[in-house]
Amino acid sequence: MKLGFLVDLNLCMGCKGCEIACKVENEVPLGSWRLRVKYIDIGKFPDASRSFTPLRCNHCENAPCERICPVSALHYLENGIVNIDNERCIGCAGCMMACPYGAIYMDPETNTADKCTYCAHRIESGMMPACVVACPVEANIFGDVEDDTSHISQYIMEHQGAVQVRKPEKHTNPKHFYVGGGTYTLDPLAHKRIEGYSLFNNITHLDAIGDKNHGVLDRFLAPFTGHSKLDNKSFIDSAVDVESHEEEGGH
Amino acid sequence: MVESTIHATQAVVTLDVPLPGIIWGWMITLNMWAKSIGTGVILVGAFLLYRHKKEDMPNLRWTMPLISFVALNIFLLFTLVDLHQPYRMVNIFLHPHWTSAITVGAWLASLFTGLITVLMLIGGFDAFPEFRRHCPVAKKVRGISSFYEKAFPFIVFLAIPVTTYTAIIMAQSSARELWQAPTEVMQMIWAALMVGSAALILVSNEWSEKARKDLSLILALATFFSFMMYMSEYFFSFKSAEAEATLAYVHSGGTYNVEFWFGMFLGFIIPFFLALSNMKSENKTLLRFAAILALIGLYLVKDVWLKIPQMLPLS
Repeated sequence: MKLGFLVDLNLCMGCKGCEIACKVENEVPLGSWRLRVKYIDIGKFPDASRSFTPLRCNHCENAPCERICPVSALHYLENGIVNIDNERCIGCAGCMMACPYGAIYMDPETNTADKCTYCAHRIESGMMPACVVACPVEANIFGDVEDDTSHISQYIMEHQGAVQVRKPEKHTNPKHFYVGGGTYTLDPLAHKRIEGYSLFNNITHLDAIGDKNHGVLDRFLAPFTGHSKLDNKSFIDSAVDVESHEEEGGH
Repeated sequence: MVESTIHATQAVVTLDVPLPGIIWGWMITLNMWAKSIGTGVILVGAFLLYRHKKEDMPNLRWTMPLISFVALNIFLLFTLVDLHQPYRMVNIFLHPHWTSAITVGAWLASLFTGLITVLMLIGGFDAFPEFRRHCPVAKKVRGISSFYEKAFPFIVFLAIPVTTYTAIIMAQSSARELWQAPTEVMQMIWAALMVGSAALILVSNEWSEKARKDLSLILALATFFSFMMYMSEYFFSFKSAEAEATLAYVHSGGTYNVEFWFGMFLGFIIPFFLALSNMKSENKTLLRFAAILALIGLYLVKDVWLKIPQMLPLS
């Protein structure tokens, strides 16, 4: 069994339902994403179009993150999922440097690496990943790519020639496929990511990798002093502090 | 508006989440730089011991492992400090994953540091016998004094993989195309020879002129070849789109461009000519100056090379 994903970008309407479902299901902290939907505008009015690309871990058969992880925190499950054990992770960020898809993040609550696991806990219970269930147009197709009768295999066969993976030149053998994608949507070098205010939000970079209040000394003292428990509220409070700081002329 | 400032056919991201910036920062630069010194002094020291009599370099037996020990501990400290869960470092030894160059490197570096610590103690206690009267450890170390010469060839051999494993980590960081060049391994060796010779120059005041000339030669060769390799990679070695985009970013100017060229002039070009001139007519002060510049310059260039591929969005 080899579980895989296929996203039909012709169907995706960019509602971000999958993104939210993933956040809720996996309690992903603010400022981190296991799955995100990127909007890309192509062309110039009146010949313009907008594409929506859901991006998540590709669960590669030849996963660079698994290879570089020094403690096997990243490991394969029998069903092909590249899973992560947060209890073992040392937070070296090697996996973040190895993943060609930028799919791994440093969880600011646990200060360990984390990523999409195809909702391995749900799969174990016979359920579909949360993002699949949430998609209103069934653009997310999930199943066993080694089973010729599975929906995903049938879909791949029906769309032969139009099925793509991201960065095939990396030889990672991803188990995440796209239909209806193009270079503009799947290759990050084929579109510009201009920082600043755009459609709805301020396109920017993260302030820190992991918890920005977890400095060098905190990393060593946390087990003894009891590092304050972080939750989404503390992240909101932190963001409010930053705003007021900016109002005071800080940066 | 964004869409009118670029070519009509070009695609623009209009909604996205914040992406991580630099993940491996100055601590990793310092880590690599210190490791180059820690292994470089052993490699250069071995060459000097092969070429010259011990009497030509009276303090080499204890200064070489001492410098290496200090540098390696800086390297290990910042390796640890850079971890988000530093206490879990022990997992590398309890749950090693041998396909990872990080694991292999951690084991090799730990073994190397252990052996260097023993050499430092033997070398130090042999050089300062008065310690033996007051220190019981010194007496025990005296008993294994011959271990220094027996273990040294193995330690020199071990210094090579300890120097180069970082290149393998960079190769395994497959998201960063700039580091995928096989030349990274040689770049690590040259870096070690460069700062190894530079560090030994700083303690070579009492050495024979011939030994210092050899140090100048190594510094000149290492800076020259390292410079040539950087230039090749910087200007024309890459065909991959990601590496080209990374380098185009630096070529276009900005902080990293300034830091790179500042490092190149300071750490490679100037020390090369100073070392070369020192081989013709000796000037200890200028040679020391060249050594300090080489140490600073290598840090700057390594810092740029580490950070620039991380500026590129991966998705």
